[in-house]
Amino acid sequence: MRRDSTLATIMTALVLCIVCSVIVSASAVGLRSLQDENKRKFRQKNILEAAGYSAEQIQREGVTKLFENIETRLINFQTGDPAEKIDAGNFDQRVAAKDPTFTNSIAIPADKQTFGFSQHERYGRVYLMKQDGELKKVILPIYGKGLWSTLYGFISLESDLNTVSGITFYEHKETPGLGGEVDNPDWKALWVNKYVQNSDGEVKLEIVKGKVVQGSTDADHQIDGLSGATITSQGVSNAVRYWLNDGYRPFLDKLGSEPHG
Amino acid sequence: MADPKTKKIVLDPLLNNNPIALQVLGICSALAVTTKLETSLTMCAAVIVVLVCSNGAISLIRNFVPSSIRIIVQMTIIASLVICVDEVLKAFAFETSRTMSVFVGLIITNCIVMGRAEAFAMKNPPVISMFDGLGNGLGYSLILVVVGFFRELLGSGKLLGYTVLPLASEGGWYLPNSLMLFPPSAFFIIGLLIWAIRVFKPEQVEVEN
Repeated sequence: MRRDSTLATIMTALVLCIVCSVIVSASAVGLRSLQDENKRKFRQKNILEAAGYSAEQIQREGVTKLFENIETRLINFQTGDPAEKIDAGNFDQRVAAKDPTFTNSIAIPADKQTFGFSQHERYGRVYLMKQDGELKKVILPIYGKGLWSTLYGFISLESDLNTVSGITFYEHKETPGLGGEVDNPDWKALWVNKYVQNSDGEVKLEIVKGKVVQGSTDADHQIDGLSGATITSQGVSNAVRYWLNDGYRPFLDKLGSEPHG
Repeated sequence: MADPKTKKIVLDPLLNNNPIALQVLGICSALAVTTKLETSLTMCAAVIVVLVCSNGAISLIRNFVPSSIRIIVQMTIIASLVICVDEVLKAFAFETSRTMSVFVGLIITNCIVMGRAEAFAMKNPPVISMFDGLGNGLGYSLILVVVGFFRELLGSGKLLGYTVLPLASEGGWYLPNSLMLFPPSAFFIIGLLIWAIRVFKPEQVEVEN
């Protein structure tokens, strides 16, 4: 059989494809469990960061140990009640957004679609940080459209459910140095100790353009905008507003009336 | 390594025939992954592994590959290796591989890998081809590490994540040059490197037409 004959060419291609595909699938399947474990750890690390642990602290104490204080709860967005019969640990919100069993997703009224989506999934995970059975913080996954991408992150509230204790984004594709500054620790620190609602119960938390005017009525609810990133700032602001005002509101109200301590 | 020919094959691509500085190949990834030294080093390791393995594998089967499909055969082998490397990174260096996102996958289109396969591995026995891959990988790495070093140091005042120049925004004195965090800075640094190498090795300067 000559090397350049048609038959030899086809045979070579066939053998090569089989060998390569076996190698590729072996590496993908063999490493799957390690990769999933990494993804889970990464998510937990972000939850801990949103809960106010510093990166050094997480490094020192270990993600798994710190996460022992955090209770994962799967909730029904509309009622705010825990969703029964679904294992919170294995539930994947992003898969659920497309999964037929969850597809009767919640339609969002047109005037509330400012965060970039017209519907969202029916169930979602929330994380409750507890110490000696007492609620310390609640960490809520949030997402919303920025300039180039959907930003995925977490916002955490103190046990009064009104004071922000931290915010973090674990996935986005905003411009580095401009919208990408949502990852800047200095900017994230501006959120800490801001109040979500005013005394009338209205959700006022927002990002303003430019600097917050100190001493103004709503200064306690406002965060400086990111310069050069008006659309990203607006997107984050809208996302936070939607999730706290609408998305998690039934849950937060129910949680507030739950007995603790 | 005692063999002078092997030594020449490994060491030549470092300065005398550097794939980035002389052949100006592989620039895309050199711009993309060098904002931090850590990602640069990971990228270097990935490219060296892919280059050595692809050169070895292609050289091993070079006598059986029909010439009409040889480029496709090379591509398939390189692509498979890159996917394996990507999977390994996701399993063992998850956060670094996240920051590198698509650029590990883009090693497939790195001209250095394909270039060495076509220019060297198709004509030479496996062991010497693997040394050629190692040499070119090291040449590529040399530039990436230098670029990554300066970009991380000047752009964020750190090296491998440890603070070297305390930033003014965190109470130190160093005002970072944020241009260094953007891709164009890699062009400047590579340009300066090419200049420096050609000052010491004037024979690399192209003859003007």
